[in-house]
Amino acid sequence: MIKTAVSKNRQHSVAQQGMYRKFKPFLPIFVMMLPGMIYLLINNYLPMFGLIIAFKNIDYSKGILGSDWNGFTNFKFLFQTTDAYIITRNTLLYNGAFIILGLFMSVGVAILLNEVKNRFMSRTYQTVILLPFLISMVIVSYLAFGFLGNEQGYLNNKILPMLGLEPISWYMESKYWPYILTIVNLWKSVGFNCIVYLAAIIGIDQEYYEAATLDGASKWQQFRTVTIPLIAPTVITMTLLAVGRIFYSDFGLFYQVPMNSGMIYDTTNVIDTYVFRGLLLNNDIGMSAAAGLYQSVVGFVLVILSNFAVRKFSKDNALF
Amino acid sequence: MNNKETNLWQWISHILLAVLCILCVIPFILLVSASLSSENDILSDGYRFIPKHFSFEAYDYLIGNMAMIGKAYGITVFVTLIGTTVSLMMTAMLGYALSKKDMPGHRIFSFLVFFTLLFNGGLVPTYLIYTQVFDIKNTIWALLVPGLLMNGFNVLLARSFFMNAIPAPVLESSRIDGAGEYRIFFQMVLPLSLPIMATIGLFTGIMYWNDWNNALIYITDPDLYSIQSLLNQIMQNIDALKNANSAYGAGAAAVELPGETARMAIAVIGTLPILIVYPFFQRYFVKGIAGGAVKG
Repeated sequence: MIKTAVSKNRQHSVAQQGMYRKFKPFLPIFVMMLPGMIYLLINNYLPMFGLIIAFKNIDYSKGILGSDWNGFTNFKFLFQTTDAYIITRNTLLYNGAFIILGLFMSVGVAILLNEVKNRFMSRTYQTVILLPFLISMVIVSYLAFGFLGNEQGYLNNKILPMLGLEPISWYMESKYWPYILTIVNLWKSVGFNCIVYLAAIIGIDQEYYEAATLDGASKWQQFRTVTIPLIAPTVITMTLLAVGRIFYSDFGLFYQVPMNSGMIYDTTNVIDTYVFRGLLLNNDIGMSAAAGLYQSVVGFVLVILSNFAVRKFSKDNALF
Repeated sequence: MNNKETNLWQWISHILLAVLCILCVIPFILLVSASLSSENDILSDGYRFIPKHFSFEAYDYLIGNMAMIGKAYGITVFVTLIGTTVSLMMTAMLGYALSKKDMPGHRIFSFLVFFTLLFNGGLVPTYLIYTQVFDIKNTIWALLVPGLLMNGFNVLLARSFFMNAIPAPVLESSRIDGAGEYRIFFQMVLPLSLPIMATIGLFTGIMYWNDWNNALIYITDPDLYSIQSLLNQIMQNIDALKNANSAYGAGAAAVELPGETARMAIAVIGTLPILIVYPFFQRYFVKGIAGGAVKG
């Protein structure tokens, strides 16, 4: 587009003089923009159009455009299985638990961090609490395995015998995984979120606390009447944004930590893992594409809705 | 509020935070301890927080398998350095362009960047485009490009920094002095943007270092395993072997696979660089989270 504008302008036709004047100073800017925009086209926009394959009977030899249309067949198959229900339920319930528990823990830790007067200690605590956030889910799955492994795991070897309990095959029994995955998620994410809330708390004007102290408010009363109300906009915004993403889950958490163990899919399969397995392990691309489109569309609607809700509370924090 | 209460709260905070910190660190201790134990202790006694007998046999194994592990390490370092550098350049240049509000098409381009935050095609079409159209399966590009190279969020973060933190008169005066747009960008804007570049670079670098996802999807050639995908592969193979063993009786034991302690040692060296570098960048890191996570 830019190139044609330039070459046409070379002809110096009178009508195009205006265009030329308008674009020429920005030529270097367009050049700088080019790599990024091309990347977004390849990485983001082409796949969006690629979503049409959910309505096709995929045949690799015919390619994306050449494969035959089959209407809503993929969706019909997907929603006839119990999988559709299970992955939707798991995705929503896990994210719900992560949002609620994560909120309480993160705000609590942020308040504690703010209380610490010793700056060196405060920094040390922050550094350590953020450590889990820095490591990859593969490493997390190794760490979890150290505790949950069948023969050598710390729980089966040390803790359970100490309590006089029988060893448990953690990777075989689905009923434990809602707790395990929630704990792992909190362990990994609380550090990050509490920094966000800490920033909000630090931003509170100290005069509020001084006034409250003069009025004889106890620490507890100060939390309730000053800290919590003043960080409420941040809390609400963060929560709504998380609700907007409730249809997406952390693929690594649900794929790596349970070690892709088939026995426990019942409580560990979410939309993202289902799509991945359909595409790369089970060669069930039609269903996988249908589930992916289902996630993209519902996810999009939820993001939009949550953003409207955020705007009601604080315009600054809304995405648009 | 009296002093006694303040003191009490100090104590409560310190104790609770200390407990929390211990909980955060404990799994790492188990990991390091396992990597420093002798294989026999682990097999007979399980993981412990303090090795029964200290042993470097796991690390000897790593040195003995330098060809495999060194290569994976090299790929991780290469991908992290190149990926982060290219990503920073692309992000900064696009962000800078979008910070020019008088640029023709400004609104359209901004929207195109922003819309990628709201909607995405997901795994299936992305996979098909990258493998069928661009054919990047089992190439180094697969580790660099899909999903990681640039994201709209960082672009918007950089844009708002350029808009708010770089004084327009500075740019204007150098323009009057005859500096071209490229020179202004590379010699004025980038140096002034060190804080935001450090933050974005840090997050991008960690993302590349930790990535196993692209390798899981696009790489089957062991020559292209990064350290994270090597770890992932080892874990999966052990699972596969275990399943095979229980299915066919304990026949073919894992001869070629590294033992428990060696696996843990690979995990340790895969994590260590981040843990070493991180404290130096902690300031930028915290700033980045606090400043970027809420505002879009």
